[in-house]
Amino acid sequence: MTHISPKHTRAGISRRRFAAGAAAGGLLAGSAPFRIARAQAGALKVGVLLPRSGAQASIGQDCQRGVEIAPAIFKELKLPELAIMNADTETNVEVARARAEKLINDGAQLLVGAFDSGQSTAIAQVAEQKGIPFVINIAAAPPITEQGYKFVFRNFPTAPMILSDAFANQKEIFQAAGSAPKSVVFMYVNDTFGTSMHQGISSVLPKFDMPYKIVEQIAYDATARDLSVEVAKAKATGAEALLMVSRLNDAILITRELIKQRWSPMAVLSMGPGWYEDQYLKTLGKMSDGPLSFVPWYDPNKKMSKQLEAALARAYPGINLNTNHVFTFEALLVAADAFKRAGSTDPKALADAIRATHITDNVSIGPGIQFNEKGQNDKLKNAAIQNRGGKLLTVAPKLASNAQAELPMTAYDKRA
Amino acid sequence: MAASIYLNVAVSGLLTGLVYGLMALGLSVIFGVVRVVNFAHGEMMTVAMYLAIVAFNAFGLDPLVMVVPLAGVLFALGYALQAGIINPFINRPEHSQFILLVAVALIIVNLLLIVFGPDARNVQTSYSFDSFALGALIVDATKVYAAGVSVLIAAALFAFFRFAPLGKAIRACADNYTGALVVGLDIKRLYALTFGIGAACVGAAGAMLVLLIDVTPALGPAYTLLAFIIVITGGLGSMPGALLGGVLIGLTEALAGLLFTPSAKSMFSFGLLVLVLLFRPQGLLGKRA
Repeated sequence: MTHISPKHTRAGISRRRFAAGAAAGGLLAGSAPFRIARAQAGALKVGVLLPRSGAQASIGQDCQRGVEIAPAIFKELKLPELAIMNADTETNVEVARARAEKLINDGAQLLVGAFDSGQSTAIAQVAEQKGIPFVINIAAAPPITEQGYKFVFRNFPTAPMILSDAFANQKEIFQAAGSAPKSVVFMYVNDTFGTSMHQGISSVLPKFDMPYKIVEQIAYDATARDLSVEVAKAKATGAEALLMVSRLNDAILITRELIKQRWSPMAVLSMGPGWYEDQYLKTLGKMSDGPLSFVPWYDPNKKMSKQLEAALARAYPGINLNTNHVFTFEALLVAADAFKRAGSTDPKALADAIRATHITDNVSIGPGIQFNEKGQNDKLKNAAIQNRGGKLLTVAPKLASNAQAELPMTAYDKRA
Repeated sequence: MAASIYLNVAVSGLLTGLVYGLMALGLSVIFGVVRVVNFAHGEMMTVAMYLAIVAFNAFGLDPLVMVVPLAGVLFALGYALQAGIINPFINRPEHSQFILLVAVALIIVNLLLIVFGPDARNVQTSYSFDSFALGALIVDATKVYAAGVSVLIAAALFAFFRFAPLGKAIRACADNYTGALVVGLDIKRLYALTFGIGAACVGAAGAMLVLLIDVTPALGPAYTLLAFIIVITGGLGSMPGALLGGVLIGLTEALAGLLFTPSAKSMFSFGLLVLVLLFRPQGLLGKRA
């Protein structure tokens, strides 16, 4: 019989127990600090999807400026670092989807993008499938945040929001100017953005009792190289003003045709991008003055707006601060703020943190950045801006304005 | 709608169609003689458009002035392409020619993207916003100039093939390859010259088109397709057919946009193509095989 030594039967810790405990302790010590260290070590990997080539290339590259001026401001605000992974959607929905998947496979922990509603919809599907938060910078189609997604957030107004504010601002401008058009022709680009704005205008306009009637609606191809027929058709309606939903290239084409066809409408009321972009102002010079754009914009009186404006002026002299920069910057602001509060790159933790966002020190017009149960910031307000002498003046709402609107706009053939 | 708007749109479509016709003429010339379908046609035109923009921005040279030099540059490019790369493929299966020229097209598009980037570019001449008013008819001045030059170039080309000894020699190659060999014509050189002439046409068309539209590297494939629609409608290998096809397509797009919906303009161009293929497959002015 094996003799069992008394020391093995003594109460207390045996060598075996000690070894087991040490192993457990080591495991605990190893994993817990490692988890904490992993959460805080390194920047949050943010995949930024923008149309950097194709028809929307110049707008996508303009949005990128908002990405590039963000780090310095975030450092001042003591926000954590973001590691940006850039991707090009090539202005194509299927490419956007593929690039989103690739970014996630390459380690992106959060996605930002993508300017276009169609492309953003595709990316949202991927993000929701993979459980990666996606903060939309610019995309107005309402359905994106109506799908019950838990990982998709939008800090940009939907088309109905833009339209409601647009009509309210128009009424304010007409009242201040003492004149208003009695008829408008509505021209819109035939893509996801344009058609959703078209549907939105049809449903929102009757609620506002505007002084004008829409006498004709003209849809045109997003990649059209010649809009002479469309403008001829619009001119033939005899409408006093032009209501537009367009993009940059079409805004330039349409303006050229307005001049060539000798039609100077009383006002150009633009409900989207294009008519206030730097490329538009630079290409057309004095012919770019006059259009009123009703757009999501920055509040020139907010402190962070002035910071952003100064940062942009330093990095890109001669470029006006605009929607593209503001909302791309704010999308990254949401990401950085959420990462700071979450203290983790875990997608669910990030998504929960984004859901609880409440940023009041921001740039866009309104009380700040917060998201409702659908992931939409429904508190955003929109402005009316007018081109004048190569600058963009905020003419409505009164609280965020720095100039009065010129209405009617100077006829093209009267510009010296 | 008033009658004047139909007139304005029709005239605009006709003028644009004449420029399209010049572009397609080059494709027709190349196919008619060399029997190679130039799938890089639109891309070559895009090169000419960018060269016109560079000449305008760097030296202030108007595209109207640059027509002949650009045609010369594209002639040299076309000649070199045919003599250096395409010639060995003349007697190979058609799919080999197709792949070769598609590859050339892709290389051109990507080179343009690298050099010029994706942003749309244009020229803003002193007359870019001008128009002529004749009563209710308002005509875009740049379209008038572009169409006028296109007609002159097309006329010069017709005259060349009809009266010049070299033009007649090229026609001989097209009409009877064996006969041309027998009489001692240098076929390879003539093929290269023809390709160069076709490329020169597209170069001149590019110089004109830059007055009318903005250019991006992605424009090439769209215009290659348009050139095909035009020459198939007009008749592959028929020079008058190319011009007629261009005018028809220009008119169709313009009037369809006016009478139906502007966003479906291209649908009517393709519709016309389908009708031609169904009822006159050799094209409106083409000869039956």
